[in-house]
Amino acid sequence: MKQKIAVKVDDLTVAYNYKPVLWDIDLEIPEGVLMAIVGPNGAGKSTLIKSILGILKPIAGSVTIYGKPYEKQRQLVAYVPQKGSVDWDFPTTALDVVMMGTYGSLGWIKRPRQKEKKAALEALEKVGMLAFKGRQISQLSGGQQQRIFLARALVQNASIYFMDEPFQGVDATTEIAIINILKELRKAGKTVIVVHHDLQTVPEYFDWVTFLNVKKIATGPVKDIFNDDNLTKTYGINFKVSVQE
Amino acid sequence: MTKMDITEYFSLVFSDYTLRTITLGTAVLGAVTGMLGSFAVLRKQSLLGDAISHAALPGIAIAFLITGAKDTNTLLLGALVSGLIGTFWIKSIVKKTHLKSDTALGLILSLFFGFGMLLLTFIQKQPNANQAGLDKYLFGQAATLVESDVWLMVIVTGLCLFVLLLFWKEFKLLLFDADYTKTLGFNTKFIDILITSFIVLAIVLGLQTVGVVLMSAMLLAPAAAARQWTNSLATMVFLAAIFGAFSGVFGTAISASQTNLSTGPVIVLVASVFVLFSFVFSPSRGLLFKQIRFIKNRRDLELHKTLAFMHHIAETHENISHPHAIKLLNNFQGYTRSTLQKLVEKNYVELKGNMWSLTEVGFETAENLYTKQSTEDE
Repeated sequence: MKQKIAVKVDDLTVAYNYKPVLWDIDLEIPEGVLMAIVGPNGAGKSTLIKSILGILKPIAGSVTIYGKPYEKQRQLVAYVPQKGSVDWDFPTTALDVVMMGTYGSLGWIKRPRQKEKKAALEALEKVGMLAFKGRQISQLSGGQQQRIFLARALVQNASIYFMDEPFQGVDATTEIAIINILKELRKAGKTVIVVHHDLQTVPEYFDWVTFLNVKKIATGPVKDIFNDDNLTKTYGINFKVSVQE
Repeated sequence: MTKMDITEYFSLVFSDYTLRTITLGTAVLGAVTGMLGSFAVLRKQSLLGDAISHAALPGIAIAFLITGAKDTNTLLLGALVSGLIGTFWIKSIVKKTHLKSDTALGLILSLFFGFGMLLLTFIQKQPNANQAGLDKYLFGQAATLVESDVWLMVIVTGLCLFVLLLFWKEFKLLLFDADYTKTLGFNTKFIDILITSFIVLAIVLGLQTVGVVLMSAMLLAPAAAARQWTNSLATMVFLAAIFGAFSGVFGTAISASQTNLSTGPVIVLVASVFVLFSFVFSPSRGLLFKQIRFIKNRRDLELHKTLAFMHHIAETHENISHPHAIKLLNNFQGYTRSTLQKLVEKNYVELKGNMWSLTEVGFETAENLYTKQSTEDE
């Protein structure tokens, strides 16, 4: 079966200073996969996502979403940043943060109304946070904050989701809750791309994986390419991770 | 200004033209800087105001050198231009070099202020009778406010309010999560320039009243005070405007009722009183209530732990109300005479001579302690 390509990255090169953080990345992500991006610290995982989303300006390269330039396809893409990237003492409530997910489709100036509020409440319910809708965001636990970020992306009702370490600093309950939502998204035909750190859970959670360390090492189905060989190439030390299944 | 009573001031403020103009001016100025200050504080750009106001000084001097005019609007236009240049230099330094924003702010602040002072001394040496008065922009002189100045402030404040309401959603989004704002397709540069330009504008307008040196306090103090009282951005902006306006009015009143008290510093001091009061007395974030809650929490926990310990002992007996010796409790660290007294008051424990026993209620409460605590956590 020939799958549609959801995200296509060509010759992407990104540098902060002189040394490139990403070098000549070519990547095709098929529609409907739940993909992990793995690699050591400083491998450029977050940078890859941020460059695809236009947050960072690459030195070279192009990104297309379903065959068209990213700028024209923004509505199809949702983003879950790292939890630590914002100030959680900001004076606002959980519901208000989730509502921000509707701002993109609203466009400039227009205010969110009942319809947007309803969508936000539904997303809060989906992540099990409805009871906390009026809670000041600094009074949420790390796991709850992560769920709020996830709900904000869900509200966007996108086709492709980019998530930067959604499991970082969350407890086991939240991790399971989040992965279940991601699997549901995949079931609904969405494409989900996740920067991931815990190699042990890759075979259990994901069906697609990209190994990254400045250059792209490998990309493909977990069952075919998640092996000691690729891990060693990516992390530079000998690896023995027994692949389950 | 001559000495007068505060009450006299408030009766005069409606009839005396000069006093009314100054009061209105400082109130409007306080409101607009308070509003915009909320944004600066939440963006962690608190010191931006300081840099902008200092960066405005050479603009004032150059405007005077070019036109020879002492008219406020011309000088403030110069201040606006150099303030904007300073601000965007700071932004590009942060963007293009690896310097952090505090370093960039400090650099631009001292560079522009130094240059401004140089020009001021140069102007003072000129054989031009018109020169005097430029140094009033250093510390401000509210008494020089005239009706047209106040009108200008009102217009800018109105414009600022309009833009704030129009782009409220975009401002909030950018303040909270700039990267995410970009991915939603908003032009973050435009929103940023809009906010920053208004901050520069408000600061420049305040130079005549409060002066270069103290202007940043007008931006920060009302916002810092407002943050203590609310968890909503809209309320914070509103409160900051109110605090700012009141600082202006009270500051003017106090300085008008004493001789030789210049208005700018007094306004800033009044604003600081708002901050101090808010830091101590805000119900949710204030130091006082935090400390009270902390102590109360500790007492409750000690009480619960003691009860749990007693429950543990009582459980060893078939009859839960079987009396035990008080000295048994001495083994437990959290136990004090007063906790025992409180437990008796709550009817959890009965005392008889040197013996204590758990009541039915006490036993049940102790059993439910843990589950109760975990539901309160939810």
